[in-house]
Amino acid sequence: MMYNNEHFEPVITPNVSKPGCETIDFYMQNEEGYKALEKALKMKPAEVVDEVKKSNLRGRGGAGFPTGMKWSFMPPNPVDANGNVKPKYLVCNADEGEPGTFKDRLIFTKTPHRMIEGMIIGGHAIGSNKGFVYVRGEWHKEIRLMQKALDDAYAKGFLGKNILGSGFNFDLVIYKGAGAYICGEETALLNSLEGKRGEPRLKPPFPAQVGAYGMPSCVNNVETFAAVPYIIQKGWEKYAKMGPERSGGTRLICVSGHVNKPGVYELPMNLSINDIIELAGGVKGGKLKAVIPGGASAPMLRADECGVLTDYDSLAKAGTMAGSGGLIVMNDTVSIPEATYTLLKFYEHESCGQCSQCREGSHWLARMFKRILDGGGTQEDLDYIAKICANMAGQTICAFADAVTGPALSSVRKFRSEFEELITKGGLHGIGRTESVSHEMGGAHV
Amino acid sequence: MALSEKIKNTINGIRHQFPTEQALLIPTLLEVQNDYDWVSLEHMKDVGEFLNLPLSKVREVASFYTMFKLAPMGKVDLQICTNISCWLNGADKLVACAKKKLGVAHGETTADGKFTLNQVECLASCGTAPALMINEDYYENVDEAQLLSLIAQAQNDLEAGKVVGKSTRMEGVWP
Repeated sequence: MMYNNEHFEPVITPNVSKPGCETIDFYMQNEEGYKALEKALKMKPAEVVDEVKKSNLRGRGGAGFPTGMKWSFMPPNPVDANGNVKPKYLVCNADEGEPGTFKDRLIFTKTPHRMIEGMIIGGHAIGSNKGFVYVRGEWHKEIRLMQKALDDAYAKGFLGKNILGSGFNFDLVIYKGAGAYICGEETALLNSLEGKRGEPRLKPPFPAQVGAYGMPSCVNNVETFAAVPYIIQKGWEKYAKMGPERSGGTRLICVSGHVNKPGVYELPMNLSINDIIELAGGVKGGKLKAVIPGGASAPMLRADECGVLTDYDSLAKAGTMAGSGGLIVMNDTVSIPEATYTLLKFYEHESCGQCSQCREGSHWLARMFKRILDGGGTQEDLDYIAKICANMAGQTICAFADAVTGPALSSVRKFRSEFEELITKGGLHGIGRTESVSHEMGGAHV
Repeated sequence: MALSEKIKNTINGIRHQFPTEQALLIPTLLEVQNDYDWVSLEHMKDVGEFLNLPLSKVREVASFYTMFKLAPMGKVDLQICTNISCWLNGADKLVACAKKKLGVAHGETTADGKFTLNQVECLASCGTAPALMINEDYYENVDEAQLLSLIAQAQNDLEAGKVVGKSTRMEGVWP
């Protein structure tokens, strides 16, 4: 398989299969580790921000917001009403939980120093002396590995006071979450970081004005930070050239579901979904039926739509999104209504409950899909689903409601005949299938 | 009853890292969950007293996050991921197998108080699906035979008085 891209080279994962790649010694000896930091500390903060801006690096967590621009929103010298200088915080979003996404976990276990170095450079760029790594609480092992990596970076003088003699101080602290999907939303994450319920905040004020602990804050994804050392070390041009016009660099694409070789693939963004499936060993157990291209919240694509390229803009044009890079492949043995219900059940449980449209809507969608699977659905239900979705998307504090409507609407629109078959033939039993045992299980709460 | 000295010491050790007292609430509750396997109302009162927070603040946080169990649990929390990628790769078989072996439904604890069967949200192991957790430990690419042997192993370890499912702890590394 040709990448068809002479500029491409792996930025984050060149050595992740080598033994010992997670150690600070390996990173420094084989990957020019912390050299970019040395270089960045000799640059002015504005120059670092400019370099990242020009690289076209976009947020890898889901929204795809240009990283350099996000950094430039940070106020240069914030003061409070009494004229006291306000601290600025840099926050790493490691609450990876979008179904189908498992790239940040790879960075945590295989190349944690790349992310740490990216954060220190980020701290210098935005003028912050303190960073928090917000990690989902289920990652017991990963948190320990990251803490070990932080301890090693402190021991070598890359963290702490007067880093590499530059006079710049930067501390990094891990904050453990406690199990809530919504905390991947940046303002929910900030609330959780403050020890509160993980409920998203109304914007404005944006985190760059009022973020963690009321101070200007900047939140970026693990993979975003991990790309920064390369950009600084090799220059923005090399990074930008790898991708299409407005999507610089590489992406970690997580391929899962019905493929022969699932896993994380670092790829340029000029490949189509079909190319990526081919790279991942092709579809297993049947023919391709549908693909979710950017984590569970991204609207589904039918097999005939999978020629689309995987950069942010091409996927948006195709009515879906690049999201978090979780590419979920489904073969033709899958019942799409049932697969969608699997997701809706999850959303129903994870809605934080602040906005009624989302709290009630996610519940009703899950109930209606279940009714259709059980044989109690009607034709009107399909129109109702669209109505409920219209009442959710764009009507709430955060984008969670939009995320719920992604799979719900796209499945009904693109696979309507499957829903109609369930409605006319009496549900899954009527077409000779048995429903999943796991569907009896509700959410995870005790 | 008050919060244990061990938990107080741990939290006092990280207090300087955070600008507010409330930021310590989730870390403290995680410590309680870790030491007692659940968070009782008594624990919440103790935590509130320790951090100078009203009980309502403690309770609204404890009830928000799924890792805080508000009722006593089995010694082994068997959590199976049934989200999309695991579901596509046979999580269903694991659930059926676990239910049959343990004789409990979702969310229930076995009569001997050893196992609780639960579902967990996507664990970010979709490339190695299906995945499950036994207390803190991940297991990936699990099939029914492995699940049965994991259950048997946990049973033996419990009877031998060993700690189950916390194999990734590192000496001298918090948390």
